[in-house]
Amino acid sequence: MRRLAVIALPYLWLLALFLVPFVIVLKISLSDTAIAIPPYTPILDLSAGWDGLRDFVADLDFENFAFLATDDLYWKAYLSSLRIAFVATVLTLLVGYPVAYAMARAEESWRPLLLMLVILPFWTSFLIRVYSWMGILSQEGYLNQLLMGLGLIDQPLTILNTNAAVYIGIVYTYLPFMILPIYATLEKLDTSLLEAAEDLGCSRMSAFWLVTVPLSVPGILAGCFLVFIPVIGEFVIPSLLGGSETLMIGKVLWEEFFSNRDWPVASAVAVILLLILIVPIVLFQRNEQKQREAGG
Amino acid sequence: MSPQTVFAPWEDPASKPLIRFYGVTKRFGDFTAIDNIDLDIFEREFFALLGPSGCGKTTLMRMLAGFETPTEGTIWLDGRDIGPVPPNKRATNMMFQSYALFPHLNVRDNIAFGLRREGKPKDAIAARVDEMLRLVQLQKFAGRKPHQISGGQRQRVALARCLAKAPRLLLLDEPLGALDRKLREETQFELMDIQEKTGTTFVIVTHDQEEAMTVASRVAVMDHGKLVQVATPDVIYEAPVSTYVADFIGDVNILPGRIAAQDGTRVTIDWAEGQPAIAARTRLALAPGSAAYFAIRPEKIAISAARPEGAANAVAGKVLDIAYLGNISTYHVELPGGQVIKAQSANTDRIAAREFTWEDAAWLSWTDAAGVVLDR
Ligand SMILES: Nc1ncnc2c1ncn2[C@@H]1O[C@H](COP(=O)(O)OP(=O)(O)OP(=O)(O)O)[C@@H](O)[C@H]1O
Ligand SMILES: [Mg+2]
Repeated sequence: MRRLAVIALPYLWLLALFLVPFVIVLKISLSDTAIAIPPYTPILDLSAGWDGLRDFVADLDFENFAFLATDDLYWKAYLSSLRIAFVATVLTLLVGYPVAYAMARAEESWRPLLLMLVILPFWTSFLIRVYSWMGILSQEGYLNQLLMGLGLIDQPLTILNTNAAVYIGIVYTYLPFMILPIYATLEKLDTSLLEAAEDLGCSRMSAFWLVTVPLSVPGILAGCFLVFIPVIGEFVIPSLLGGSETLMIGKVLWEEFFSNRDWPVASAVAVILLLILIVPIVLFQRNEQKQREAGG
Repeated sequence: MSPQTVFAPWEDPASKPLIRFYGVTKRFGDFTAIDNIDLDIFEREFFALLGPSGCGKTTLMRMLAGFETPTEGTIWLDGRDIGPVPPNKRATNMMFQSYALFPHLNVRDNIAFGLRREGKPKDAIAARVDEMLRLVQLQKFAGRKPHQISGGQRQRVALARCLAKAPRLLLLDEPLGALDRKLREETQFELMDIQEKTGTTFVIVTHDQEEAMTVASRVAVMDHGKLVQVATPDVIYEAPVSTYVADFIGDVNILPGRIAAQDGTRVTIDWAEGQPAIAARTRLALAPGSAAYFAIRPEKIAISAARPEGAANAVAGKVLDIAYLGNISTYHVELPGGQVIKAQSANTDRIAAREFTWEDAAWLSWTDAAGVVLDR
């Protein structure tokens, strides 16, 4: 009985926090818009009994999904999100790997402090941190002031409201998710492997490429998925830092919900987004599984 | 005539050592791991390092491989100070005590790793790897990753990996510890064979004194970062310089006492109340009354029921314990004063026909040249 409860608990949790909301969203995505509160029809009326339920189901259809296929805004937004997420993931990896490497090579007594510093930004609101980037990147922002003060440029650069600003924002925000898993694999890397590589004729550099990098692949993959997956649906960063050129599905979703008040279409967008995300999530899980098996 | 009796470059003042440690000290913080070592190792030697855990064997090896730099002193290889030479430029390969196999590569790729760095042609590498796999009997496991094979198999992969490049100097840190006896003996002979063929110089760390005796041209016994004795295995065994060395290698009885008298090489040692002084021979000059130790191997003590005629030394006691080891038996004989002396004899008869059993009275005897007199 106790065992059953232990097993059932996480499933109940999943059911309540994931499956039920998903079913509600799915239901809305199959409905039609209406000028009402809530702004869609049909509404499930359980008091009408079996007949009410049958009528309700008969009224559901895939119209909204068909609509998504006809308007190229949507699939372009999906593609653009995937592309931005991909580029941002690569950029985050390029910044995060050296940081993780330096941390793993630092004196052991320093490492807890360095870890703290990586996690520290989480202690302030994400929104405030993104806003502060607006202050840094804007025309009169600190960055332009600094560059002009140094005489490197004489016209302020336009960074805010471009894709560049979005990338900066994403790399900044998601960096810890990249650093931590890579650090974890690098930290447990046995340094005698590097000595063995050098002993067998490798330079420091080639030992890095032939031993360190292959052995940190599980960490790299984990970090990439942890960045890639949430960035696809990212909404705050493109809305605050991006411009008109920045097309991301999270922004489209938001506009459908709150500007157009078209809940059914917005829900359909969300359902498709979820289906797209399943692929990297499954790959991520598989990577974690493999790492666990190799580890013990 | 065995090659070991002929091969003795360390006795020839004209021969140049391959490796020369020159006043080498290594400190980790304020801990001295290697303490002012001077040592010559010659080309084609099979040099064994012996010593208790933590005495600095691995550290000595790591300095040769280039992973540690001496705090003081210099190391010369082939007449060249190798201080500034990085590990990948040294003509040495090391087999790590922890094996350090690359977990992401299979057995074959692990062995090929060093060969690939030399940029040799592909089929030459493949042929060499096959040869190594055959040598360590791992052909069947070539495709496995290190975590998919047993500890002994891993050890053999590590051995094959460092042998593959056929370096001038091979450093083996406990290369055979995880192998079963039969495979260990086979591999020992393989190593000696490889050495004969290629002329590689071996420095090997071992905890197994029998192994050191079998394979080594010379043995160095270490203690707390110092070399206590460097000599051929038979000298180490028969003529240890201290009780530490005598005790470290093989079984030994150490009887502390005082010099009673010395006449040339003949010396007598008082060692126990009511027992006759031990008659022995020594080259040491010892003052009468000074402390000394008499060390004698159990197999050099004869055990008999009656007092043997004409023995230089004979003591009586009773059998306390018998350790039956198959080919030999070790008798623990207690003397009236409580001292226990071990004597060994070959089991030429089956057990049932044995002469002694527990509590039997027995005589122990040895000649005056059977043991060594030590002053420390
Ligand atoms: N990097 C290091 N930092 C501090 N102390 C060290 C370091 N490496 C070795 N030591 C110390 O130096 C001493 C000698 O170590 P070493 O590894 O050479 O021993 P060993 O003779 O190989 O022992 P074992 O037979 O257990 O392998 C030990 O006391 C060890 O603790
Ligand atoms: Mg060691």
